[in-house]
Amino acid sequence: MSLERFINQQTSAWMSGTGPDSDVVLSTRIRLARNLENVLFSTILSLEKAKDVVTQVHEAVSDQLALELLKMEDLSPLQKRVLVEKHLISPFLSETSLYGAALISDKEDVSVMVNEEDHLRIQCLASGLQLKETLDKANQIDDVIEEKVQYAFDEKIGYLTACPTNVGTGLRASVMIHLPGLVLTRQMNRIIPAINQLGLVVRGIYGEGSEALGNIFQISNQLTLGKSEEDIINDLDSVVHELMAREQSARDALKQTSPIQLEDRIFRSFGTLSNSRVIETSEAFQCLSDVRLGIDLGYITHISKSILNELMVLTQPGFLQQYAGGPLRAEDRDIRRAALIRERLELDETN
Amino acid sequence: MICQECHERPAVLHFTKTVNGKMTEVYLCEHCANEKGEHLFSGHPAFSLNNLLGGLFNPDPQFSANPSFHEQEVHCENCHMTFKQFLQSSKFGCAHCYETFESKLTPLLKRLHGGNTIHHGKIPARMGGQLHLQKELQQLREKLQEMVTSEQFEQAANIRDQIRALEKKLLNEGGVQ
Ligand SMILES: [Zn+2]
Ligand SMILES: [Zn+2]
Repeated sequence: MSLERFINQQTSAWMSGTGPDSDVVLSTRIRLARNLENVLFSTILSLEKAKDVVTQVHEAVSDQLALELLKMEDLSPLQKRVLVEKHLISPFLSETSLYGAALISDKEDVSVMVNEEDHLRIQCLASGLQLKETLDKANQIDDVIEEKVQYAFDEKIGYLTACPTNVGTGLRASVMIHLPGLVLTRQMNRIIPAINQLGLVVRGIYGEGSEALGNIFQISNQLTLGKSEEDIINDLDSVVHELMAREQSARDALKQTSPIQLEDRIFRSFGTLSNSRVIETSEAFQCLSDVRLGIDLGYITHISKSILNELMVLTQPGFLQQYAGGPLRAEDRDIRRAALIRERLELDETN
Repeated sequence: MICQECHERPAVLHFTKTVNGKMTEVYLCEHCANEKGEHLFSGHPAFSLNNLLGGLFNPDPQFSANPSFHEQEVHCENCHMTFKQFLQSSKFGCAHCYETFESKLTPLLKRLHGGNTIHHGKIPARMGGQLHLQKELQQLREKLQEMVTSEQFEQAANIRDQIRALEKKLLNEGGVQ
């Protein structure tokens, strides 16, 4: 296994689109924030001490877990960008961290970030809705590391983190969810504030501000203190189930009230993706969302479901440039993106 | 070590920052650190929590009306961070900061975490069995209260038995409740 492998391996396990409830839920992510006792937090740590932290964590995991150590200083900006696009490292680790590193599993479903905002960010990714399983996995890794290091922990307020928004459990559980039905029926504006009131955060994960490219939203817990890890994921899980049910009824309603318009929209988007020679990210994402909806509703049968998950990662700037073997101007990226999408669709059609 | 900014006062703050990929060691006194604080501690540009935390504290008259307040402000003995610096960056410098700023932090935690100030989740195995048992006991007591309130007396009796067993176990291991 090597760095090239992580960069070149195009799809990670969490993108496979095969997990439970993957009609609507694309992926699940669990993150645990941890810090070592008696070491300044990474944000103000000296370089020497930051290196120590990486060594300590690497030693703590190396006996028991097959994780590859990638140091940010050894990576080119483009390589880091690809890892960010694959959700294996955070933009903060890539850009801002002092002596940041990541320990990544072969299947790319585990990434332990070191010297992010906290000394440790244990992150596990899974396809579909798998909050319980993914939390269990993160806890196992946490236990392995904890056998070798002493965490900063307070009996009253739990795991101590650089930012008090993470204190307590240090747990951020997120679900990436595809909600074209709720967007098309204009319900998201009402739903988002209601979810916020439950102590959860909803945001578009691609695109700026409130715009959600490809109708993909991320829902995560905001509160980390006062509830157990199990309660946090159960609360999130029940909201996600509620959203899934509403999305399903929105799709049913669309199919009932305007079937031909829906079918037209889906096949127009399919036509755009199959024939474009130049395509921007926002248009590509919108069309991919429509095509994925078409697959879920049975209009399109010869394309695999993972197309949305895969292409939304593979058509991002870092990946396109990696694929091209060097930097590309924006207009060249749009040409490459169109070519890559056509290639991917043809691959499915010939199979 | 003398502050590299004013060359007068002793440096209380030491950190490393990266400028154009080069690491620079910085030594500042508290006064100069406060003045420079804003750009030194603003970690990630996309991070908007700064404003959130600042906003939470703005109504506090201590901060807006009384400038001398900052000079008397306590700082963390371990990492030298002051509460003002924390508000600017929204990040503490070390675990000890939580103790140092406890009184100011409690209302902030309540606002951030829906009124909660007590951890109910995972405990590191190293913290020992005592703490685990005590947490378990605490949760059972809460559950008992719930059962009694909702008049589910059979379950309540069950839980009471579990509590007694746990209390005994704690006593035998010499723990305090
Ligand atoms: Zn000075
Ligand atoms: Zn401190």
